[in-house]
Amino acid sequence: MQVLYAFLVGPFVQMGQAPVFFAEVVINGLLTGVMYSLVALGFVLIYKASGTFNFAQGVMVLFAALTLVGLMEHGVPVWLALILTVAVMVVLAFAIERLMLRPLINQEQIILFMATIGLTFFLEGFGELLWGSNVKRLDIGVPDRSFEVGGMLLNQFDLFAAAIGAALVAGLAVFFQKTPIGRALRAVADDHQAALSVGIPLKTIWVVVWSVAGIVAMVAGIMWGAKSGVQFSLSLIALKALPVLILGGFTSVPGAIIGGLIIGVGEKVAEVYWGPLVGGAIENWFAYVLALVFLLFRPQGLFGERIIERV
Amino acid sequence: MTSARQLGDILLKVEDVSLSFGGVKALEHVSFDVREREIRAIIGPNGAGKSSMLNVINGFYQPQEGTIMYRGRSHRHMRPHEAASEGIARTFQNIALFRGMSTLDNLMTGRNLKMKKNLLWQALYLGPARREEIEHREFVEHIIDFLEIQAIRKTPVGRLPYGLQKRVELGRALAAEPSLLLLDEPMAGMNTEEKEDMCRFVLDVNDEFGTTIILIEHDMGVVMDISDRVVVLDYGRKIADGMPDDVRTNSEVIEAYLGVMH
Repeated sequence: MQVLYAFLVGPFVQMGQAPVFFAEVVINGLLTGVMYSLVALGFVLIYKASGTFNFAQGVMVLFAALTLVGLMEHGVPVWLALILTVAVMVVLAFAIERLMLRPLINQEQIILFMATIGLTFFLEGFGELLWGSNVKRLDIGVPDRSFEVGGMLLNQFDLFAAAIGAALVAGLAVFFQKTPIGRALRAVADDHQAALSVGIPLKTIWVVVWSVAGIVAMVAGIMWGAKSGVQFSLSLIALKALPVLILGGFTSVPGAIIGGLIIGVGEKVAEVYWGPLVGGAIENWFAYVLALVFLLFRPQGLFGERIIERV
Repeated sequence: MTSARQLGDILLKVEDVSLSFGGVKALEHVSFDVREREIRAIIGPNGAGKSSMLNVINGFYQPQEGTIMYRGRSHRHMRPHEAASEGIARTFQNIALFRGMSTLDNLMTGRNLKMKKNLLWQALYLGPARREEIEHREFVEHIIDFLEIQAIRKTPVGRLPYGLQKRVELGRALAAEPSLLLLDEPMAGMNTEEKEDMCRFVLDVNDEFGTTIILIEHDMGVVMDISDRVVVLDYGRKIADGMPDDVRTNSEVIEAYLGVMH
């Protein structure tokens, strides 16, 4: 009885007793969630347009951050380094289209997926070759300070990151749903041959998508890199994006956003209120368990396109 | 009935086209022409190379030999993008729609090449690009009315029944205002009523828009009724070419379809 009370009632009583603290936990969860969304978004973009899971997305985050830091270490000012990094990601997109996607056109998805694994190793090695493998500090001039609003402790950098992330995400959502290019992108995602037959230029679409995914990776890399340093483990945040994708659905931009927010808030709330009951560290596994539950009951995710099979 | 119609100049001329995949010969020295405003049928038993022929015409396959003359210009082979921008639109034997998108969006993709504003404008979706979108939307609405698919405008096409999907696919091809329309078995798997509807649409498209049509079809009744001239393929070779009545009585065609007694 007591155990049941502790798990099922106790935490909610705590939430009710200190609503301001609860709000602080939720807001901090949302801020982290935006960062997850950002990483997941890169996956969704490429999955939509090439129908393949891009294993290299995590490394693209690392590679972009490394390039930015590397340039800044050579005395390039921040704004110029940002522009140059964007340019590098666009060039990378062209190279990927020419050297990887074009030769593999009309192949099975699993083959493209294997190719992205190859791309992962290449980018990892290439990044280290260019910029070295030391942990680097990334300072983009936004202070990592906390301040108090109405009794809640908020972090300035987190707010900044969330604002940037939210703007990017909103822009991309409109881009996909409302513009003709967005429509062409979705068309390519659905059927390559049909897209070709109505004259949608596959190559252009791929370059656009991989460029955008590269830029999203860069933003994610900057945000995470500035928090925890630019190092190899940055490429592992991609793992955190997987549960986000399972929640939101691989094909949905709004899904990636909401999935990220749910996981961000969920793991913070679980950690603070249920953590003490099981000895903490819920944050590390909460997202994966949630993903597992979703796989069992709603495999297409919250917003994924319904899987309709005709037999 | 239609055989007495006045046909225009030659729009497409396939000359001596051979296509093989490894050792398999899909097409061997096939030649025929298509005149403007004509409904040209390609018939033949399964595996005769009919779909391959369409794929050569719209550039999915590149033949090893031969040339394709389209609108007076000779090509070694076509490219899909080039074919589309020169007014060749098509449907597929196994429906190839954008399943996750609505009927309306599917038709709008057909307008893709008619959109003149460049990528940047489109990405920003400001003023001129938005006006352009509205114009294209109007055109697409005409096609929706023409094909009588108003009720499924917003439905994701993956959920539609087969017959309607075929109709949406025709709509997407028509949205491109094609001068040459390639239809790969538009009536396959349909019931009689759906077939009659589809026949009517094909004839109306030809009649109202003056669109030239190449049609692959297995239903001989349909072929004999609506086509002006018929090409017969068998094992990648052309075995007959002419008016429906001539083809029907051609002994080689009867052999190909019924088999020969040995």
